[in-house]
Amino acid sequence: MATKSQSLFQPALVREAVGQAFVKLDPRVMFRNPVMFTVEIGTVVMFFVTIGLLFKPDAAQGSFGYNFTVFFVLFLTLLFANFAEAIAEARGKAQADSLRKTRQDTPANVRQPDGSMVAMSSAQLQKGQVFVVEAGELIPTDGEIIEGLATIDESAITGESAPVIREAGGDKSSVTGGTKVLSDRIVVQVTTAPGESFLDKMIALVEGASRQKTPNEIALTILLAGFTLVFVIVCVTLQPFAEYSKTPIAVASFIALFVCLIPTTIGGLLSAIGIAGMDRALRANVITKSGKAVETAGDIDVLLLDKTGTITIGNRKATHFWPAPGVGMQEFIEQATVSSLTDETPEGKSIVELARDNKVDPAQLRSRLDGAELIKFTAETRSSGVTLGNGTRIRKGAADAIRKLAEAAGNVYHDDVADRVKAVASNGGTPLVVSENDRVLGVVELQDIIKPGIQERFERLRAMGIKTVMVTGDNPLTAKFIAEKAGVDDFIAEAKPEDKMQYIRAEQQLGKLVAMMGDGTNDAPALAQADVGVAMNSGTQAAKEAGNMVDLDNDPTKLIEVVEIGKQLLMTRGTLTTFSIANDVAKYFAIVPALFMVAIPALGALNVMGLKSPQSAILSAVIFNALIIPALVPLALKGVAYKPVGASALLRRNLLIYGLGGVVVPFIGIKIIDLIVGAFL
Amino acid sequence: MNKELLGILLIFGSTVLLAIPLGRYLATIYRGDKSWTDFLAPFERLLFRAGGIDANRGMTWQQHLVALLTINMVWFGWALLVLCTQGSLPLNPDHNPSMSPDQAFNTAISFLVNCNLQHYSGESGATYFSQVFCLMFLQFVTAATGMAACVVVFNALKEGTTEKLGNFYNYFVKSITRVLLPLSLALALVLVFQGTPMNWAAKAPIVTVQGDSVNVSRGPAAALIGIKQMGTNGGGFFGVNSAHPLENPTYLTNALENGAIVLIPIAMALAFGFYLGRPRLGWMVFGVMTAGYLLLQVPTVALEMHGNPAIARLGVDQSLGSMEGKEVRVGAAASALWAIQTTVTSNGSVNAMHDSLTPISGMNTLLGMMTNAFYGGVGVGFLNFFVFIIVAVFISGLMVGRTPEFLGKKIEAREMKIAIIIALLHPLLILTGTAMSAHLYAGNPTEYAGWLANPGYHGFSEMLYEYTSSAANNGSGFEGLGDNTPWWNISTGIVMVLARYLPIIGPVAIAGLLARKKFIPESAGTLRVDTATFGVMVFFVIWIIAALAFFPALALGPLAEHFTLYQ
Repeated sequence: MATKSQSLFQPALVREAVGQAFVKLDPRVMFRNPVMFTVEIGTVVMFFVTIGLLFKPDAAQGSFGYNFTVFFVLFLTLLFANFAEAIAEARGKAQADSLRKTRQDTPANVRQPDGSMVAMSSAQLQKGQVFVVEAGELIPTDGEIIEGLATIDESAITGESAPVIREAGGDKSSVTGGTKVLSDRIVVQVTTAPGESFLDKMIALVEGASRQKTPNEIALTILLAGFTLVFVIVCVTLQPFAEYSKTPIAVASFIALFVCLIPTTIGGLLSAIGIAGMDRALRANVITKSGKAVETAGDIDVLLLDKTGTITIGNRKATHFWPAPGVGMQEFIEQATVSSLTDETPEGKSIVELARDNKVDPAQLRSRLDGAELIKFTAETRSSGVTLGNGTRIRKGAADAIRKLAEAAGNVYHDDVADRVKAVASNGGTPLVVSENDRVLGVVELQDIIKPGIQERFERLRAMGIKTVMVTGDNPLTAKFIAEKAGVDDFIAEAKPEDKMQYIRAEQQLGKLVAMMGDGTNDAPALAQADVGVAMNSGTQAAKEAGNMVDLDNDPTKLIEVVEIGKQLLMTRGTLTTFSIANDVAKYFAIVPALFMVAIPALGALNVMGLKSPQSAILSAVIFNALIIPALVPLALKGVAYKPVGASALLRRNLLIYGLGGVVVPFIGIKIIDLIVGAFL
Repeated sequence: MNKELLGILLIFGSTVLLAIPLGRYLATIYRGDKSWTDFLAPFERLLFRAGGIDANRGMTWQQHLVALLTINMVWFGWALLVLCTQGSLPLNPDHNPSMSPDQAFNTAISFLVNCNLQHYSGESGATYFSQVFCLMFLQFVTAATGMAACVVVFNALKEGTTEKLGNFYNYFVKSITRVLLPLSLALALVLVFQGTPMNWAAKAPIVTVQGDSVNVSRGPAAALIGIKQMGTNGGGFFGVNSAHPLENPTYLTNALENGAIVLIPIAMALAFGFYLGRPRLGWMVFGVMTAGYLLLQVPTVALEMHGNPAIARLGVDQSLGSMEGKEVRVGAAASALWAIQTTVTSNGSVNAMHDSLTPISGMNTLLGMMTNAFYGGVGVGFLNFFVFIIVAVFISGLMVGRTPEFLGKKIEAREMKIAIIIALLHPLLILTGTAMSAHLYAGNPTEYAGWLANPGYHGFSEMLYEYTSSAANNGSGFEGLGDNTPWWNISTGIVMVLARYLPIIGPVAIAGLLARKKFIPESAGTLRVDTATFGVMVFFVIWIIAALAFFPALALGPLAEHFTLYQ
């Protein structure tokens, strides 16, 4: 994974962006951005005025130097705006490239249509080809199992070490490149053509070729075009007004007034903000299929979260030993530990740990394993264990599986044990029953561990106005227990995929926007139905196609981050729009007196900033207008900080910072620039 | 406390106190709930039956607009016909002539659009027939048109998703029978008792105290003045409007006529909240409107009461305030109160000459019309405000990180497009109108010398005021402008038409589009629009969008005049 704490301006990216800033001056490109396009027209006009002055000086238009300076500053304004977009693109591309590199090249055994086997590199695999993977091998690329069943270690992507079962047919048929087959042998069909993965699509999006404006962006562009048009009217009508008042206005002053008044700040940063939003999602290892999906995430009202991995740590932990009647505690712990010593699953490890806490030294028990045979967990037996050198069979597994073993051997399955199993379940735990030679020894209680800090995250979501819903296959009792403990608002217990779908439909009927995360093929309809569907990268191809985002980390808490990224995106646009428009107040007070002061000295009273001369006032305003764009690039790229304090408080805060700040900052900025510029004039 | 100040505080305070119950009442009748005026229902049913109208048929926003525009076309034809032929029609004891076609065009439009810009004088330019059956008739129906359109928007903003937004004719007729008729009748009655004429008699020759013999115009004045004030019409019976001693005889009539200007506009803002069952929302709108209004009103009162330094330099006592162009029976403070209230609403009646206001006061009257949403005209004032709400909701929605929504409906590109066009329209009409006139004048000052009584900054203000008043459908004049020429008649006529119908069509369309959208229930993440914070946002949106665009123009007019005068 790429380093997440990249500095905003890496030299290589800056170099690329500077080049792009010039390329983007092409009017056909500029036309997409109405605000900056009008600035470009103004710059061209200034260019000709300046050239004209070189041949035929005109006192009414001011000196060549002054006009050239205005032209140059306008040109810089354009470059700054282009640079903002280019640097955002460069960063996005760099991020995507580094992600692409993490996909390592692995050998694949491809089965030809005639049945013969050929070794190929994973990069050469074509959609539809079939390959075979045996236990111990890496899966070369994403695909669907068409034959066989296997336990697979997906920790390389998920970070969760518990192996998962994948089998042909059904929902758990998808395998991800880079994961490892632990048992059995599977035949897999390739599902994506090279260069067509989601990652490739996302890179295209960031690069702008296929980037489409989101609905919010379109509406904002309309607003900004409106503001631009108002000032076209203001500036055009000013000419006859000046004619009437006998106050001639130089072309440079007209263009300066216009460029300063139109919202160039937000106009110049708008696309950079959008790209940066997708880039931030990518940095969180989420691939978005469109910019719209990120924005929609900010509007989410209901969040469907899977229990496992989101609310609880994926692994259950042993918390209690409950010996069966007639079995000694010491004996029970010892045998349970012996059966787990070679068990690499988190559950197994946690049993050994719990034994240590109960003063049983696992190291001393290790000798008993001499000559023992390990019995691995399989989906059929639903139990695992060891057969010792002396023939003793120790097994541990699901309650009904062990019960079947015991009853088949004619041993009693004590009511006490059955009660304990029930009690553990209703307490939010999972019971694991241990047997020795098919005699039940007792119950190990495994408990779900609620993720540390998850309560605070739900608190944060609630403050954002988002309802959290826990989805779990657990029975309602366990589900309720965990839901309450974790602080989610609602839960769906014993959830079947149709339940999710129904829940989503019902919420949407109420006008709410729903986000969910899913992986199975039968999650696909729900993922498609949800307004934001995040498919896990480990999920089936169908799920990934149905959702509008793919999470490379398979981390269900990612939804929370995605929501914040979406909100940040909108907020950054809103606050910079406000800032940009609020700036106009100061710019008016700089330029309007400068326009009229000479002909109407009384209007010098409007020069509240005490700017040195009309020319220095106009230059200061355009310079401020240009410099504010690069000054705000870091904010545009990083996004405005989101604080879940409720909408009204947030509005108050942002109005104070960006509204009031937008009024005050240019007064100070223009004054300072005037002090510097004034010294040269 | 200064008696004059106390007077205006009482006028404004009691108007607001009256507007609160009126707002509740408006919400009740428009919702169709039971009210004490239900005894008028049979009369309304009779009207509907006569017109072949099913008043219960729900109409889409497009159907509303079709109904509204069609009926307006009919009225336009009627008005043009009457004004062009009034000289030969009955009820013309003074034998006043018919209007010239360009003047009739201007006047017909001006009254049709609730603007009441008058390029004629009632005493000599109109007849009793045209005053009553054309002008007064239009004063009722156009006010009701604005109110009906406003209620369509109210209706569209209810919870839930719908296409049908009530019945236009129902809202329209009720606005007249239940609101405008009774209120104007009450005001007219007081006026009659205070000395305003209400007869069909010709001019009466009298000999004044100074011994001059003059002809005093009379006629059915009281009836027209009532609705003129109530319906934010402003078109006076007499040429000088409520500065005329018969149109506004006493301090009491002045107080009542003044209160009537803002009564329904304020009540309409509050009715918005009551209608939706969200009173706080109405108070938010009222609060923002009042803040904007006071920002204009307070300095105006102060400046007018302070007097004019140029006149003071001549040695004329200014202790009564700046009394040039004002009536002694009204005084400086009450004239300032009226001047701002008549311009923030689209009333446009005057009790003093705005041409003579001190420059900043003159600018404030201009700003009142430029923003045109601090109370605003009956019905249409809220419609203008609604456009600013949409823009404010959009920007602040983004600022809190959510797709902007207003009352559970998403604001998207289409709504934004309409809102921006409407917000743009006002500066476009005012600035281009003024620019063309300024260009004509600057090109040939001698040919157009008749236009401007005062050249220079003040002359610029006069032209700016004329277009602002037309675009705001206000109708007051800065006077001093020779405005009865084809250029002014036609150009302001066009401005008036565009500035009336587009700002009705736009908000109704936005509301209609919103009503169709899926309703999103409120959550903790929803931006609440009935808060002071949001109010502040709307306030600034109005100032920055509506006022900032006029800064250069104002600098060349009133500001230049002010800084020259007070140097």
